Amino acid sequence: MTKEILYKIDSLYRDQFRVTGYTFGEGEKALCVVGSIRGNEIQQIYTCAHLIRTLKKLEEEGKIVPGKQILVIPSCNPYSMNIEKRFWPTDNTDINRMFPGYDMGETTQRIAAGIFDRVKDYANGIQLASFYMPGEFMPHVRMMQTGFENIELAKEFGLPYVVRRHTRPYDTTTLNYNWQIWETNAFSLYTTGTDHIDREGAQLGLEAILSFMTRRGMLKDGFVNRLESQVVEDVDLVTARAGKAGIFERYVRTGQTVQKGQLLACILSPYDGEALEEIMAPVKGTVFFASDQPLTYSSTAVFKLIP
Amino acid sequence: MIKTVAAVELPVDEILQIRKKRIEPKQGNTGKRISIVTGIHGDELEGQYVCHQVIRRIESEINNLTGIVDVYPAMNPLGIDSVTRGIPGFDLDMNRIFPGNSDGTMTEYIASEIIRDLEGSDLCIDIHASNIYLTEIPQIRINELHQDKLLSLAKYLNVDLVWIHSNATVLESTLAYSLNSRNTPTLVVEMGVGMRITKEYGDQLTEGILQVMKELGMWKGAAGPVRRPMISRAVDEVEFVNAPKAGIFVQTASHGQYLHRGEEIGQIIDPLEGKVRARIRSEAGGVLFTIREYPVVDEGSLIARILKREEPYVPAL
Ligand SMILES: [Zn+2]
Repeated sequence: MTKEILYKIDSLYRDQFRVTGYTFGEGEKALCVVGSIRGNEIQQIYTCAHLIRTLKKLEEEGKIVPGKQILVIPSCNPYSMNIEKRFWPTDNTDINRMFPGYDMGETTQRIAAGIFDRVKDYANGIQLASFYMPGEFMPHVRMMQTGFENIELAKEFGLPYVVRRHTRPYDTTTLNYNWQIWETNAFSLYTTGTDHIDREGAQLGLEAILSFMTRRGMLKDGFVNRLESQVVEDVDLVTARAGKAGIFERYVRTGQTVQKGQLLACILSPYDGEALEEIMAPVKGTVFFASDQPLTYSSTAVFKLIP
Repeated sequence: MIKTVAAVELPVDEILQIRKKRIEPKQGNTGKRISIVTGIHGDELEGQYVCHQVIRRIESEINNLTGIVDVYPAMNPLGIDSVTRGIPGFDLDMNRIFPGNSDGTMTEYIASEIIRDLEGSDLCIDIHASNIYLTEIPQIRINELHQDKLLSLAKYLNVDLVWIHSNATVLESTLAYSLNSRNTPTLVVEMGVGMRITKEYGDQLTEGILQVMKELGMWKGAAGPVRRPMISRAVDEVEFVNAPKAGIFVQTASHGQYLHRGEEIGQIIDPLEGKVRARIRSEAGGVLFTIREYPVVDEGSLIARILKREEPYVPAL
């Protein structure tokens, strides 16, 4: 294992801003794993830390296949993490909206360019992603539909679901999208949670990455998830919305199978507790996403079901 | 007349409303309509003054109005009220959600109602105020895809600069892009700085709005003479100056001034050591149209934008 500073900039009053990478094995650039990009992605840095500890041990045991190089970057944004901000401290920009970056541009464009330069030549790229909707997700791997995506590869993580995301205009500046454009097989790995630690979720993410590495010939007799992943198109997910705003009282969890018309949650009046709305399952299916916000706005997607 | 464009209930005993003021002519309605929009970014307040001035000027000479004027001063009321650039509670830039979706989330629904209301205007003017970091001279930004239609209208708005910029995919979710692609001509004004009102700029734009209404045939009243703007068409006409080092930026050149090649724009100082970390100079001769307002800079922070020109800009009236 070698630890290396991949990118740095000096600050006026703070310690130097550093993006640190851990490299395992030598040779062909086989896999790059990126942990947190935003300051609240605690579960992502935590999962990455476990991965680094595990790979260190596996390397010592000679389990990394010769000729394969793996780079792990636990955090692209320690500055924001240290002050509990999601985005860049001075200008509130999101590094994950700046790829492929520009080395003569603004601060976060430079950081993105500096990182992208170090990660772009890997055959496979995994980002431990967080979702903008706060809530619980079924663990899954997501690939963006760019025309270059190879969805079969995503099944090698052995997670229950592989989701193909249809690209939207704002996706084009993310790491995942640009990786694919630069011919890296890019995966976003979603376990559970973002701003809190979930040990089970981290273990699941770790095993998924090890399974992928084993099946892709990077690890000798490593761990393999035998689960057969189901491919889901993001446009096929069925949304259940809260029509009204109020207190969100939820009765089901992710992974649960629900019948059409089953009561999933109620929206309660925050003043007198009266039920303003009952949210029913629009179809029979598995709960893929469930909001965990105690107050909800109107017309908000609070569940996503796999029919 | 005050009209509600969109209304949604918030979780605890509050209704969020996007409202507009409609001024209709007393006589001789040509059917023309102009829409003045601002406050998409809650920390940009320059447009607040302009909305107020435009309404006052028109109402004081209401008999000279021959078309409909719609004024939308607060597209993001929650943002304006809470000193938040985006939509509070959603951590979302409102100018990245258009054209919206009537069956979508609360914010997408609001965006779609806004588009529905604005669509069909003969001209829409979306007033922005840069951000809290940079100050801009009054200018109009035009996406190159829509320049044919917009440039002729932009000339009447009494701004100092019309900047035609290249298209980027992320910009396709802005209000202006959505309206222009629906054949509702929309001009984006950037002027001044976030969290402040620059009265002089507001007065300047107000005259321009009245002048463009005259050109559209919907105003017969007073409208000040308008200046002829500089026009930037090519990508390499604008020089971007970024901070080479972190520090505190202190401006030495004045905003809007002509800079000769190598002339100092400002310094990045180090208050801890009492040293000058960097002297920022212009690489080319030109007009300093954007200048850093917020003193704290990181490496890479934008310090200035210069429109490369042989000669100073004298606003010809
Ligand atoms: Zn703005």
